[in-house]
Amino acid sequence: MRHVLFSAILLLFFGGLMYLAADLPFGDPPRTDMDDYFLRTAQEQTGANNVVTSIVFDFRGFDTLGEATVLFTAVLGVGMMFRKLKEGEEYEND
Amino acid sequence: MKMTKIVRTTADLFFPFCLVFGLYVVVHGHLTPGGGFQGGAVMATGTALLLVARAYDDVTGRIRKGAMKVCEAAGLLIFLCAGFSGLFAGRPFMANWIARDGALFRTAIAHGPNAGDLNTAGLLPLLNFGVGIEVLGGLTVILLYMLSGIKEEKKK
Repeated sequence: MRHVLFSAILLLFFGGLMYLAADLPFGDPPRTDMDDYFLRTAQEQTGANNVVTSIVFDFRGFDTLGEATVLFTAVLGVGMMFRKLKEGEEYEND
Repeated sequence: MKMTKIVRTTADLFFPFCLVFGLYVVVHGHLTPGGGFQGGAVMATGTALLLVARAYDDVTGRIRKGAMKVCEAAGLLIFLCAGFSGLFAGRPFMANWIARDGALFRTAIAHGPNAGDLNTAGLLPLLNFGVGIEVLGGLTVILLYMLSGIKEEKKK
């Protein structure tokens, strides 16, 4: 009984999602002002042929700084997790 | 754990090519697809290859964990310094101030398809390089940490 109820709720949820998604303009963006701006001026403003790099590192450089910091923090966390035990220290769950 | 001689020799042979290809992706980040993150990951793949083929103790002689930690911190520092350098030039933080009137990487390019020139894009090559060595150092340190527990079983 619970399985049937669960399946019905899931089906209803995804049906609603699909119904809503049918109206979304996939592949046909109504506004392209930003894309046009990048394609027109990225090469002249940054001097980079690769427009993707010029967006990632120049127009959205602050975001990339955050990304680099996230990687740094992740490595820091791994280093803390795999550190060597001190003299006389023991695992807590032993 | 040690693989056969064939696998070990192939890994040894491919390791420098991995590093060179990763460096190529990093250096040409502002011209071709790719950039700091992708190139750094390619370079770290070389370490993974060595770690798969050889014993852990063999690899640590060639790739030092301390040096990789320094690489990682230096990469983030390069990125931050390049970002703050805009402030000294009287421009906002992270502004690409040497693209127009700096000393290096300032060649102007025409709009549209062109042959590409390494000496362009202002701050972008520097930022790419910083991110590249940061990703190289970070991923290598993670690999070394996670595989440091694997020890070869001694035969009795």
